[in-house]
Amino acid sequence: MQATTYNYKVVRQFAIMTIVWGIVGMLVGVILSAQLIWPTLTEALGPLAPYLSYGRIRPLHTNAVIFAFGGSGLFAASLYVVQRTCQVRLISDGLASFVFWGWQLVILLAAVTLPLGITSSKEYAELEWPIDILIAVVWVAYAVLFFGTIIKRKTQHIYVANWFFGAYIVTIALLHIVNSMELPVTLTKSYSMYAGVHDAMVQWWYGHNAVGFFLTTAFLGMMYYFVPKQAGRPIFSYRLSIVHFWSLNFIYMWAGPHHLMYTALPDWAQSLGMLFSLMLIAPSWGGMMNGIMTLSGAWHKLRTDPILKFLITSLSFYGMSTFEGPMMSVKTVNALSHYTEWTIGHVHSGALGWVAMITIGSMYYLIPRLFGREEMYSVKLINTHFWVSTIGVVLYIASLWIAGVAQGLMWRATNDDGTLTYSFVQSVEAMYPFYSIRLIGGLLFFGGMLLMAYNVWKTVAVGRAVNDARIPDAVAA
Amino acid sequence: MDAGLIGSVVTVLFFLLFIGIVWWAYHRENKARFDEAARLPFEEEANDADERRT
Repeated sequence: MQATTYNYKVVRQFAIMTIVWGIVGMLVGVILSAQLIWPTLTEALGPLAPYLSYGRIRPLHTNAVIFAFGGSGLFAASLYVVQRTCQVRLISDGLASFVFWGWQLVILLAAVTLPLGITSSKEYAELEWPIDILIAVVWVAYAVLFFGTIIKRKTQHIYVANWFFGAYIVTIALLHIVNSMELPVTLTKSYSMYAGVHDAMVQWWYGHNAVGFFLTTAFLGMMYYFVPKQAGRPIFSYRLSIVHFWSLNFIYMWAGPHHLMYTALPDWAQSLGMLFSLMLIAPSWGGMMNGIMTLSGAWHKLRTDPILKFLITSLSFYGMSTFEGPMMSVKTVNALSHYTEWTIGHVHSGALGWVAMITIGSMYYLIPRLFGREEMYSVKLINTHFWVSTIGVVLYIASLWIAGVAQGLMWRATNDDGTLTYSFVQSVEAMYPFYSIRLIGGLLFFGGMLLMAYNVWKTVAVGRAVNDARIPDAVAA
Repeated sequence: MDAGLIGSVVTVLFFLLFIGIVWWAYHRENKARFDEAARLPFEEEANDADERRT
């Protein structure tokens, strides 16, 4: 017998955890940015201080916001969208629960091991080998759940959002497994299979494609469903979305070397990385236009609907950071920008402006539907959240642009006799005002998440969990 | 066949494949089915309305 309802339970679980992990991850970010201003901030904690030292909680922050907050948001969105657009229930409730609890266990293990200093020291892949294996198992279960549901679909077409989610699931499996090839020595220590420049190349092939397929492709899947739904009209051009999808997939894979400019990586690989990064502007901007133009003829909605404001603003930040990224991959620009705060600013323009904002918008769309409400407890509060976080992001990235350029110029400044004009510590000292503005920006964004948590709490309190959302009987084609 | 040649051949093949995808996406005959696919997120609307009534 065919199931007649959707599985909303797993979507609900992930949606709530998105907000919880968002708050945790961003709080750690706020602590880190305060540590940069007051380096001895956490030393007062005595015996606990080592666990909260900058080097240990920095990976905790990145893992929490990318894989716990972003990841949970993507699980919620992809498992909701695949059911709604395939008009079929997930193939297995048990597997869905396994994916949820498995992923929470991964996050919990990360939160314990990283402060303890247990790390493989590969950026964005710090977790040690037993956790790597758990991630692989959970991920394969997720792939079975997602693709199994697509195979079982009642609709003729596979909606474009599912193509993006599908590419993300396949690619992340590939990236994670190849990059995590390591030789275990003890339960908590392993060594990478790769050495030297190969290690660097594999690491940034992984690192950049994690940006490309985790933080971009997957969230574009979110965009292709929630923007049309919230705008109440189909995507501007479905055909453009197909070209968008394939061009991203063809180009992204080779952009990684731009993280390794002027290193031991062969020159041809560096140039290739730069070239592919520049080419990425085309699909990125095509996708951004496609999303924004969906509102064409309904621009007035942007004035009154704060969820749309989140979604459309996120696309603007996506456009901005996908223009900035290719520019920074140009070797001569990279010579100035690399290793400076500019990079951190760029990352956060993407992570806060694009990833977090599209996730927040999508969750504001999802949560009332998952709890049997017409809309959130307070729409006005969503609007406040929007403005607080937008001002937060702008302060954050503008201060780090200036900081990064100043840093880069100070590092390269030389006197007539060839000696350095500034000592390193002088460039550090010049950062104080910018770090302070960044902390304020981060605090605002974090504060916005607290507003969201309150709004969600109130919505859930008066709502009821929806477990009986019916699957339509009559299907076109 | 050396790695350089394989790389060139694959690049050309992928390029042609991509041109093929663009041609397919914008082919006049496929317009109707893509328009239909674009409406997929809205196929559920009528049903939601039913739910609210009951």
